[in-house]
Amino acid sequence: MTDTPLSRIRNFSIIAHIDHGKSTLADRLIQACGALSEREMTNQVLDNMEIERERGITIKAQTVRLTYPAKDGQLYVLNLMDTPGHVDFAYEVSRSLAACEGSLLVVDASQGVEAQTLANVYQALDANHEIVPVLNKIDLPAAEPERVRQQIEDVVGIPADDAVEISAKTGLNIEGVLEALVTRLPPPVGEADAPLKALLVDSWYDAYLGVVILVRIKDGRLRKGAKVRMMSTGAVHTVEQVGTFAPAMRPVDDLGPGEMGYITAAIKTVADCNVGDTITEDRRPAGSALAGFKPSIPVVWCGLFPIDADDFEKLRESLAKLRLNDASFHYEAETSAALGFGFRCGFLGLLHLEIIQERLSREFDLNLIATAPSVVYRLFKTNGEMEELHNPADMPDGSVIAKIEEPWIKATIMVPDDYLGSILTLCAERRGQQVDLTYVGNRAMAVYRLPLNEVVFDFYDRLKSVSRGYASFDYAMDGYEESDLVRISILVNQEPVDALSFVAHRSAAEARGRSICAKLKELIPRQLFKIAIQAAIGSRVIARETIGALSKDVTAKCYGGDISRKRKLLDKQKEGKKRMRQFGKVEIPQTAFLAALKMDG
Amino acid sequence: MLPDPDDIAAAGAPEPIALYLHWPFCLAKCPYCDFNSHVRERIPAGRFVAALRRELRHEAARIGRRPLASIFFGGGTPSLMPPEGVAALIADARGLFEPRPDLEITLEANPTSVETGRLRAFREAGVNRVSMGIQSLDDDALRRLGREHSAADAVRALEQARAIFPRLSFDLIYARPGQTLAGWRAELDRALALAADHLSLYQLTVEPGTRFEAEHRAGRLLLPPDELGAALYTETAAVAARHGLEAYEVSNYARPGAESRHNLAYWRYGDYAGIGPGAHGRLSLADADGIRRLFATRRHRAPEPWAERVERDGTGLRSQERLDAPDPAREMLLMGLRLREGIDSRRFRARTGTALLDAVDPAMLEACLEEGYLRWQPRSGASAGGGLVGGGPALGRNDWHDHCLAATDEGRLRLDALLPVLVR
Ligand SMILES: Nc1nc2c(ncn2[C@@H]2O[C@H](COP(=O)(O)OP(=O)(O)O)[C@@H](O)[C@H]2O)c(=O)[nH]1
Ligand SMILES: C[S@@+](CC[C@H](N)C(=O)[O-])C[C@H]1O[C@@H](n2cnc3c(N)ncnc32)[C@H](O)[C@@H]1O
Ligand code: SF4
Ligand SMILES: [Mg+2]
Repeated sequence: MTDTPLSRIRNFSIIAHIDHGKSTLADRLIQACGALSEREMTNQVLDNMEIERERGITIKAQTVRLTYPAKDGQLYVLNLMDTPGHVDFAYEVSRSLAACEGSLLVVDASQGVEAQTLANVYQALDANHEIVPVLNKIDLPAAEPERVRQQIEDVVGIPADDAVEISAKTGLNIEGVLEALVTRLPPPVGEADAPLKALLVDSWYDAYLGVVILVRIKDGRLRKGAKVRMMSTGAVHTVEQVGTFAPAMRPVDDLGPGEMGYITAAIKTVADCNVGDTITEDRRPAGSALAGFKPSIPVVWCGLFPIDADDFEKLRESLAKLRLNDASFHYEAETSAALGFGFRCGFLGLLHLEIIQERLSREFDLNLIATAPSVVYRLFKTNGEMEELHNPADMPDGSVIAKIEEPWIKATIMVPDDYLGSILTLCAERRGQQVDLTYVGNRAMAVYRLPLNEVVFDFYDRLKSVSRGYASFDYAMDGYEESDLVRISILVNQEPVDALSFVAHRSAAEARGRSICAKLKELIPRQLFKIAIQAAIGSRVIARETIGALSKDVTAKCYGGDISRKRKLLDKQKEGKKRMRQFGKVEIPQTAFLAALKMDG
Repeated sequence: MLPDPDDIAAAGAPEPIALYLHWPFCLAKCPYCDFNSHVRERIPAGRFVAALRRELRHEAARIGRRPLASIFFGGGTPSLMPPEGVAALIADARGLFEPRPDLEITLEANPTSVETGRLRAFREAGVNRVSMGIQSLDDDALRRLGREHSAADAVRALEQARAIFPRLSFDLIYARPGQTLAGWRAELDRALALAADHLSLYQLTVEPGTRFEAEHRAGRLLLPPDELGAALYTETAAVAARHGLEAYEVSNYARPGAESRHNLAYWRYGDYAGIGPGAHGRLSLADADGIRRLFATRRHRAPEPWAERVERDGTGLRSQERLDAPDPAREMLLMGLRLREGIDSRRFRARTGTALLDAVDPAMLEACLEEGYLRWQPRSGASAGGGLVGGGPALGRNDWHDHCLAATDEGRLRLDALLPVLVR
């Protein structure tokens, strides 16, 4: 039974720029509340996927229920919600925030406010959170709490006078954080007797329990054995288990208003659980759903192909397994003349793409090649239809296109003064429009609108290199706009290499076409016949390279009568040709295309 | 003039035999060599001559008394054979087959003094052509090739051989590490002045399992880049032509008429019997159903186990594989396009049972004709010099069977890349 009065519950999340100490602080809070014994305590308790721990990012929302005897003599329930901090999962973040009443804003006192701090704090403000600033790492000699306090007020625009100064690492003043949670955050509100309204915060697949749903109860009670209904789909399930995270899963009989916990209900895949959905009781449904459920839509697509064609089925199974646990990831079968059979996959963003790719190779031991990421374009055709384009290779003939729109983002970049010039140049090169430019001390904050297309193409790498790694970057989707976009095809001996075609702004088409042609010239070994490599927009060639015929390839030595050896060699060469792709009279090893794609990064 | 291939394939006449005899011993193993050659403290010459004679008799019995066009003593180093052994084997072969009046009998010789001393005895045994393994006329290069002789030894051996044998050939290896175009031109000019009627000029090949391969892999042996290799090859043909030697095969150069008839049998995909350890053969034999079919034969490779089998069973045959379509056609293409004269389409059909046009990929044939890698040319005889039929368009669909399909100079230079795409 969890029947803590609402007044003694606090639901909070921690928001921070990467590496500012969110996970360390969470560990300290768990420890201070005695939720885990010394022995059970590992570092970064909440990041339990291997990849999460390694990369220090949180992918799935996590929650832990803490009990804290406050200085006022009362026992409080503190529900900590750990959210994915990255913009790719912005929608998931907003749902997690919607499950809480307040946030700890953790800022590294030696670093100050960063781009991600801002993006997250604005989301928390949107969710009407009470925000408690926490200045972390004050044990460091380089810590400048006073300066950062001021910075928070100037940049973030929230009072920071009573920011809590701590060291999550040494455990200094964790008590101060706990007291602030109790005294400064509002308790949740809710009606115990009203019809059930529970927010579906997240869900994941557990090998033993099946799908586990993370919920926050707004009104009513969620009981074991109850028949519940998903308000967005109408699907009805019987609740098998109700519990809390302590942080280990601990079954309880029911969850009351204001509480956070989990349920299981014999649900097969997480795709049946929409983040942001409202769960109600089938017998006595709520009149209205909680605000805002929207399906998460992939914004970046790319093709994933097994390097070994025999791995195709394994790839299909692995993608299906990943999707069990990640409904925001989409895939459909795709065939490429250059790369064979694979899948076109949709992601919430570049980090999401990178994570999935990494998991496929790491957890499923697949050797994959990814085509260059592409954004989703909107094609308005002359017949009035609108079509979303996930794959540049599918772009129809120019004559049927009335206009094309591309997605834009609003990017926040924070960078030390010294590097601002090169950052502004980079943004301008990428068709960026400056929205805002402000200074905080010797740090500049630039807000730009940029076409997402320009960001998926090596923007991060360039940003990192021109700022020597000092720039921080965050973005949010910012609508669609018409643009002068063209599809550039790469042709080998007049035949298009589908996997290499891409969409670019007309102004960038020639330079990128030239660079791909030059790259292929390096990568394709000389053949019996010369090879023409061209980049073209429609039928107009914008760049070309020629690979001359190989100059010599003949066995000089005489093997006497051993013709069998020659014949076997021929068989082997013919076998090798199975890994080649035919372009007119020449056959090109698939590895050349793979390498071309790899270099695209 | 080359012997007319029609001669060989004349309707009804039995295929003549080219006889290869393998001597598997050398004084030392050269670091580039992957031939079936072995070093023994004492070469068991008597035993191996006896075994060769026995296996020859065994093989001849099933081949029958066919015309004998050539005998080739290869190795290894057959000049280490006792001349009486060579004489006995030649006499055996003459008795077991029907020797042609112009029977060519070649022996591979190394230019070390041990062996050159025997040259006259080999001539008396019946050898009428010597192929000398000179490899280089540069002492440094010879050392790096691990050879046991000097350039002076080589020249002396060649001069002796020229005085003794009516026909003389020698081998050189070029495209060696560090070799320049000018250096090779000079070396080749000197070699050609030694007045052989035939030369085998091989570009150095790094073979698996050799010491050169290990060095190559370790980066200690750097072969010339392809462009230089191509230039060396082209220059070789030009220099040889200036001295009246024509490139009749990828690596073989001869005064017209002085071509190696024995090696031509391989390239024209004729019948040849291989006797001795590791020897290969291609023989048309009557199958169980009485129909003549082509067989590939292979013998045990290790010398002593081969000899044991011969002593026990009369033969060291390791395997005999019937070659069914498309293998004969593929093999004939692999070999025939190495020849400047190309492949006679009539003989191709008669020999393989497949029409030449059905054995190649039509699109690739077209592309190679267009690119000037291949051409159709009139059958034999007329092949020397220019005046050749050009690419595909010049030749009607019905004319091709009167012609030979040949690789051009450019095509031969790229044969290993061309064959896998051309051959079906
Ligand atoms: N010196 C110091 N290091 C800290 C403190 N808190 C966290 N760190 C270190 O900062 C790094 C990032 O911390 P982490 O909790 O993973 O940050 P997150 O990315 O926000 O979750 C780790 O190496 C921590 O050990 C602190 O108070 N003082
Ligand atoms: C059967 S071999 C040996 C003949 C003889 N034992 C000798 O070494 O002089 C015939 C020729 O093949 C050539 N040869 C052997 N190995 C070679 C290699 N790795 N690359 C190029 N030519 C090679 C040599 O020119 C050699 O003379
Ligand atoms: S190259 Fe000739 S001498 Fe040298 S090992 Fe090979 S066969 Fe023997
Ligand atoms: Mg973390």
